[in-house]
Amino acid sequence: MEAKVPTRMGDGFMVEMTSSELRADIEAATELAAAKAKVPPLSTDEQEHLLDIYASAAAFTAVDIGDQVVLSCDGGGSKMTGTDLQDLLESEQRLGQDILELWHIEYSYKAIKTILPFQQQMMQNVQMMLTAPVQYGAQPNLAFYSKPDGPAENWFELLPRGDIAGARAAIEEAMDHATKDFIYVGEGMLDAGADGMDFDTTGGAGDGDFFSTLCAVKHLRAKYPEAGIEVGMAGEFVIGVHGELEWDGRRLAGLWPKEQLEVCQDAGATIFGPAVNIRTGKSCCWNTAYSITVTKPCMDVARIPVHPNVGEGVGGVPVNGYPPEDAASRAAKAHVDLLRCDGL
Amino acid sequence: MDVTHALAAGMGGMRTAGDLVARMQMSRGMRLKEAKEYVAGRLGCTVRDLSDSYAMEQIRGEKGLGRILDHSNLHPGEPNAMMAKFRIAELLGLHINSVERFKELAGL
Repeated sequence: MEAKVPTRMGDGFMVEMTSSELRADIEAATELAAAKAKVPPLSTDEQEHLLDIYASAAAFTAVDIGDQVVLSCDGGGSKMTGTDLQDLLESEQRLGQDILELWHIEYSYKAIKTILPFQQQMMQNVQMMLTAPVQYGAQPNLAFYSKPDGPAENWFELLPRGDIAGARAAIEEAMDHATKDFIYVGEGMLDAGADGMDFDTTGGAGDGDFFSTLCAVKHLRAKYPEAGIEVGMAGEFVIGVHGELEWDGRRLAGLWPKEQLEVCQDAGATIFGPAVNIRTGKSCCWNTAYSITVTKPCMDVARIPVHPNVGEGVGGVPVNGYPPEDAASRAAKAHVDLLRCDGL
Repeated sequence: MDVTHALAAGMGGMRTAGDLVARMQMSRGMRLKEAKEYVAGRLGCTVRDLSDSYAMEQIRGEKGLGRILDHSNLHPGEPNAMMAKFRIAELLGLHINSVERFKELAGL
């Protein structure tokens, strides 16, 4: 009888699977990802390497010596260590983070606009005390610009009524407000000494969200030539809520990671973070194979560093408040080993 | 999770040269291989030394690039934080935003 090893489902629940079952999951995931994203499946050698990583009972795994990559983060720290400054110092001095991020618990550019001077003062103080680079991060969250939270009509109410033109007009109105806020906060934080800006969970409200972010990235790149600009995505493909938005002639709706990367690097981003959401009913092994398959084409066209998202619920890491270290470390190693990515 | 990723795949930040390689990615958009080779060249070490806390503790100390401080590893009189960033900017040939802001606000 074939031996079983403990492994995880996408929600973090521990199960036991045989090597044959894990292999079958890898094959099924890479074939599905290849068909959906219209990309090549993982090679036989790559699938075998992934199986080696997952068909193990080890509590932890890691990349080989010398293969370590740069870690960026969206958020980061605990927010429970006294102050933002203490929290970031702890992340730098105790966790050895490569890139730190100052952020506010109300993690939207729209909200940060109202407290910008407080965040600027904190950034100035943080920069005096830290050595490692510190970026400022928040989410675009375009939906916050629609009623009842914002001024534009709610396109998620207009669309089910069949008012496509009204919905598109509402999205475009929201995009104008959003882009101004992203630029206002971005300029404010870079003027306060930030090493870079992070647009986290970009595209979470669809193609309008993505387009507004690209506009802000282009503006900030022109004004701050050496600033870091990280664009982290919300999902594996851009949802076409508007459907007609284009960046340099390329329609944003439906873009997969390779094409997302191309528009981000053309706009002026210096780090791109693809995100592939977890399927909780599938094994972590399945999810990692799927994530790597859809992300891999990025590596051939990247002119900038690619940092795949391996946080809670993305990139093969379980969607769980405390992602188990056995699963998170396997996801990290698998992405680094198979993608030869520039960071995580 | 932060600890998991730091141990599983991270360069090590200030414990090593992770912060220096990160700066080249952020400011110049360098891919990992190029960024590591650039930093190693500037430091006069091998690429593998960059994520070796033993090697980098010595190198950072010699060049005044800032080191981790704790009760058994104190370096009074050695540059850290903003002081170290002045040296990092010069070593890497970088414009570090906070260093430039510091000069401006201090009237240097």
